[in-house]
Amino acid sequence: MADSEKKPVIAFSDEQAQLLDIAANFARDKFPLSAARARIAAEADLDKSVWAEMAALGWLGVAIPEEFGGSGLSLAEVVTIAEPLGRHVAGTPFASTTQLAQALVKAGTPSQRRDYLPRLAEGAIGALALCEPSGDWNLTNLAATATKTADGVALSGVKTFVSDAASADLMLISVVKDGAPALALLDREAFGRGRIERETVIDESRRSYRVMLDGMVVQDCYFLEADQTAAALKHLDEAACLLLAAEMCGGAAGVIATTVEYLKTRKQFGRLIGSYQALKHPMVDALVMLDAARSHLYYAAGVVGDGAEGEIAVRMAKAAAGEALAFAADRAIQFHGGFGFTYDCDAQLYRRLGLWGEARHGDAAWQRARLAELML
Amino acid sequence: MSLSKQELDDFRAGVRAWFEENKPADPGFLLPQSFMEVGTDAQFYFLRDWQRKVYEAGYLGMAWPREYGGGGKPQMLQDIVTREMVRQKVPFMTNTIGLSWAGPLILNMGTEEQKKAYIPGILSAEDIWCQGFSEPDHGSDLGNAQLKAVRDGHEFVLNGSKIWTSLGAYAKYMILLARTNPHANNKYEGLSFYLIPMRIAGIEVRPIRKLTGEYGFNQTFFRDARVPESCLIGGEGNGWQVAMATLMFERGAAGGQAGGHAMMSTEVSEVVALARAAKRGGRPAIEDPLVRDQLVRFIVEERGFALNSARAKVKPLVSEYPLSIPMAGKLAMSEFQRRLNQFALSLQGANAAYYVGDAHAIDRGLWQRAYFNAFSATIGGGTSEIQHNIIGERVLGLAKS
Repeated sequence: MADSEKKPVIAFSDEQAQLLDIAANFARDKFPLSAARARIAAEADLDKSVWAEMAALGWLGVAIPEEFGGSGLSLAEVVTIAEPLGRHVAGTPFASTTQLAQALVKAGTPSQRRDYLPRLAEGAIGALALCEPSGDWNLTNLAATATKTADGVALSGVKTFVSDAASADLMLISVVKDGAPALALLDREAFGRGRIERETVIDESRRSYRVMLDGMVVQDCYFLEADQTAAALKHLDEAACLLLAAEMCGGAAGVIATTVEYLKTRKQFGRLIGSYQALKHPMVDALVMLDAARSHLYYAAGVVGDGAEGEIAVRMAKAAAGEALAFAADRAIQFHGGFGFTYDCDAQLYRRLGLWGEARHGDAAWQRARLAELML
Repeated sequence: MSLSKQELDDFRAGVRAWFEENKPADPGFLLPQSFMEVGTDAQFYFLRDWQRKVYEAGYLGMAWPREYGGGGKPQMLQDIVTREMVRQKVPFMTNTIGLSWAGPLILNMGTEEQKKAYIPGILSAEDIWCQGFSEPDHGSDLGNAQLKAVRDGHEFVLNGSKIWTSLGAYAKYMILLARTNPHANNKYEGLSFYLIPMRIAGIEVRPIRKLTGEYGFNQTFFRDARVPESCLIGGEGNGWQVAMATLMFERGAAGGQAGGHAMMSTEVSEVVALARAAKRGGRPAIEDPLVRDQLVRFIVEERGFALNSARAKVKPLVSEYPLSIPMAGKLAMSEFQRRLNQFALSLQGANAAYYVGDAHAIDRGLWQRAYFNAFSATIGGGTSEIQHNIIGERVLGLAKS
């Protein structure tokens, strides 16, 4: 797109169209918004039977190469699944599991790929331990360490916002090793030697944990290829931005539909409230923002991983989706009036989804600062 | 007809070379940026000659039928030409109303006679067209147009006034919305649509001075002006439907088939260049984090428009609101242009206070004028506020305001 004389094209295959359709129906059936509060209150991190169905549909191996049991497709197809899940505030480990697999494809050792990619494609749950108490969005600013000891390599430090840690089968942990960022892949037995604590987070559809690494002792073979780690961290960040953008686009579409429905049925002063321009006009602004965000999203889905152009596209997509959802859900609370102030109103679910999405991997202003570095 | 990539590339190279060779030299005065801003004879004749040159080279109306002066070629070729014109920033095609609205309308709904009579002159810019929709008291409420058209035998007698008639002083024809039946069941059913000659007794065009201090718009007065009934298009009483079809061309939902760009819009890259040149506290303005953030916002938004057009072509990705991208284009892009030009002024420091006419004004005062003129698009063709109503009602399905 640097060549301004050529119009950009959004490639969208029949396969993607089919997936989008199936995923939209699946999300509607399995994650009805009406059951969102029951899902939040449930004891278990997730409904294992629904997760098994997602695995059976092949969704967990979409972007895993065929030789490792996946479909050999790309993140472009993953996006078509992530967007409807966001729309229904599904809060599954789908994105984190997909990203973990991406990191292995990018930087896993031959034996890690051979052993773990097929397991992930079959439904093993992946958790990402990349964030730290500093809250820094730069994934390479790390305090957690890996230190050689007599028994192996001892991990130390604290990781925050580790989704689905309690139910995870595999955990990818970033630490400083030999003075540089390193990524270690631990199975349940290995990361189970550390300690996890449930976090109370703003998006209640997420199961988020704080992971204390002290006590985890691993071997050198747990680490991903050292010379690929920087690239893997960058790819993890970009894949996360893309999938968060997808979830937030889905959320923005969902909250606009929810609010429009309310504006079409709720009457005040003898008139449908959607007839008032003070409500109608901001809804149109929200729609315009959603349109731009979805266009950025599906363009980014096609070029993610494609050097600077890919990074520019995913950062734009995340900035646009974050702002679209923030605006749409913020106005949704207001436009529902007194009902909007209650826990029962779905507007808060979407607003929380957006606040979570902005807090993960950089908000819109952060993305724009990175874009300025790339483009100005 | 399908063309190979090689053929398309060769064609594009030929187009590029032609425009590089033939684009007009700087006329020595500030050119308008759209057909709504043509305020002097020098500007008008310069632009008309340019359109004729492009047409005669075969680069305008390429996809329109050959029998009416078009090229009879695939639309794809015209699109390549139009993009190249935008890329090289050559002057716009000044007969915009003819090319983008009257032309497509006549080709869609006109009689064979009308097509033969009007299309060739639209393309060559021999016959300039203007538009008679808005009235002084009914700016955005098009359905309430009151200009009277009273049947008298095989003629209609016109009385009333239209406003914002760009190119009115130069126009040979007007597309006109008039009220034929003041007693119809509702305001829409009483309207009819005409293609009328401008140089007849009873029509007077008076220039309006714009907020920029320049000219370009007119008010057109009708006093017992008589036109033959053959001027009707779409049938008596169907004016509203015809006007709606025309407005879809205007708002970018359809049309533009004649090709050629109609607006010299500001691109973010030009504002980035301005930010590099401008100084803030001794440093280039582009180093200021707030300037950077704002520039990136504009870049993201600008790219969003191009990507919206790309996504609009992918059916499964626009299934929820199929009309939202085409219907919201005018609203989003006109407001974007207004904000972008406003920001460009803020980058100029103290020099933002210069205006067109001062030799020291940056780019001859282009930015000052562009900001003021940006309102023509946020107001014209249905104000942004009316656009919000239309989109809210037709796309989101909200109750009428």
